[in-house]
Amino acid sequence: MSDLRTTDPGDRTGRRQNGFRRAEAPLVPRATIGGRALVAVIAIMTFLAAVTTGAVVLVAGAATEWQSDVAREMTIQVRPAGGRDIEADVTKAAAAARATAGVAEVRPYSRAESARLLEPWLGSGLVLEDLPVPRVIVLKLDGGAPPDVAALRATLSRDVPTASLDDHRGWIDRMRAMANSAVAIGIAVLLLVLAATVLTVAFATRGAMAANRPIVEVLHFIGATDNYLAGQFQRHFLALGLKGGALGGGLAIILFLVAGFIGDRMVATSSGDQVSALFGSFSIGAIGYFGIAAQIVLIAAVTAATSREVVNRTLNTVE
Amino acid sequence: MVRFENVGLRYGFGPEVLRDLSFRIEPHSFQFLTGPSGAGKTSLLRLMFLSLRPTRGLIGMFDQDIATLNKDSLAGLRRRIGIVFQDFRLLDHMTTFENVALPLRVQGRSEASYRREVTELLHWVGLGDRLSALPPILSGGEKQRAAIARAVIAQPELLLADEPTGNVDPALAQRLLRLFIELNKSGTAVVIATHDIALMDQYDARRLVLHDGRMHTYE
Repeated sequence: MSDLRTTDPGDRTGRRQNGFRRAEAPLVPRATIGGRALVAVIAIMTFLAAVTTGAVVLVAGAATEWQSDVAREMTIQVRPAGGRDIEADVTKAAAAARATAGVAEVRPYSRAESARLLEPWLGSGLVLEDLPVPRVIVLKLDGGAPPDVAALRATLSRDVPTASLDDHRGWIDRMRAMANSAVAIGIAVLLLVLAATVLTVAFATRGAMAANRPIVEVLHFIGATDNYLAGQFQRHFLALGLKGGALGGGLAIILFLVAGFIGDRMVATSSGDQVSALFGSFSIGAIGYFGIAAQIVLIAAVTAATSREVVNRTLNTVE
Repeated sequence: MVRFENVGLRYGFGPEVLRDLSFRIEPHSFQFLTGPSGAGKTSLLRLMFLSLRPTRGLIGMFDQDIATLNKDSLAGLRRRIGIVFQDFRLLDHMTTFENVALPLRVQGRSEASYRREVTELLHWVGLGDRLSALPPILSGGEKQRAAIARAVIAQPELLLADEPTGNVDPALAQRLLRLFIELNKSGTAVVIATHDIALMDQYDARRLVLHDGRMHTYE
């Protein structure tokens, strides 16, 4: 064969003779993988996962904020009782609170302030003297050295029998349970999304394998190892996974950025204040964005790993 | 190089299509495998290129018992064998050049390292002006030549060809036979399965004749 002419068929950049340009063809043709549909499904899955993650971060963050706010306060409620001077009881309870180590500030609500608290329910112009309305004393706690709640409760029940101390424990426990439930639901949704992604990719890979079986057989017979063949499919699916993940995750990030922006613009409005009271600044923060980015990578990796596994299993049926 | 001992093959629960085959393919040898249609030529070739396992008997390839080899080792053996399929099995989405280069690409070689030898071979088989053509636009004869070029590009130790001249005119058949003979002279053992008596008469070589699932050898 030494007398043969040589002609350069082109280089890796795709430059060919006769001006024909073509990059080295992939062993598995892209068109047979159903790429667009799969990218769309992965994008939707990633979007759902990212929105779930953002919501979980938002709820968990807001719950933590509420908990710390609530945990920094305690309330003494002084109930009116026949034959007792409620003003004297309030003064005595406030004095007992002030004397307790760990209580940074004691603020008895005046009669007028108590009336304002009840205004949303009972209307304005309330005459408290006509009603047995309890009085509230708000205690701000020292974050570094929490007070001995049991001792204060004992003192109050001895000196002011009509006073009761509420350390908001029940409220905090309920919020903690709610936040934990939200996180658990979020994790469950993420797992479902991941499972749906795995199944979708498995079906897509099987479809691609079936469509490309003649190619797989030829490659197999000319000496390609299973590992090599699986790598060819895995590369395709990793690219599709990254594309779909970036699309869905990117949309979710934009959604949270826009929501945060709108939330900031609505601060002065009543509905904005409601949202702000519930969700703080409506920003998922660096952790949330990092979580979404991690999900994009995770979903792409799951896509690639699933396709590899399915290809390996299918190849085991080819002798 | 290839050793069959009492090899039998049946598909599923059907009758044995190959019975008690015992023969050897020696290194550097050249043989025709022939017999009537349905005699089992393609099945025997499939056993030799490791796409089937025998129902019974022993097959040794390159001094290894194939029954003891794992899939990766079988892939390693296949790289030492060139195959020309009866139906060509070119990949339609790849150019002629890429199809022929496939065995080298699968070995992990870069295009720059094999560009020259693939081009030379394609010129030699008369496809020098079809490097960038896709298989669907090639004629039957051109596909046949591309399939042969793909089988020999990696300079295999054993070449198995299933009706390699079935789609070409006598002149080109003669040219392709010359390619196989040259390849054989350069050290490759060649097995050509064919019905073409005229082709076999052009070259004095050992004949393995399959009939009714059994083999008769004519040295």
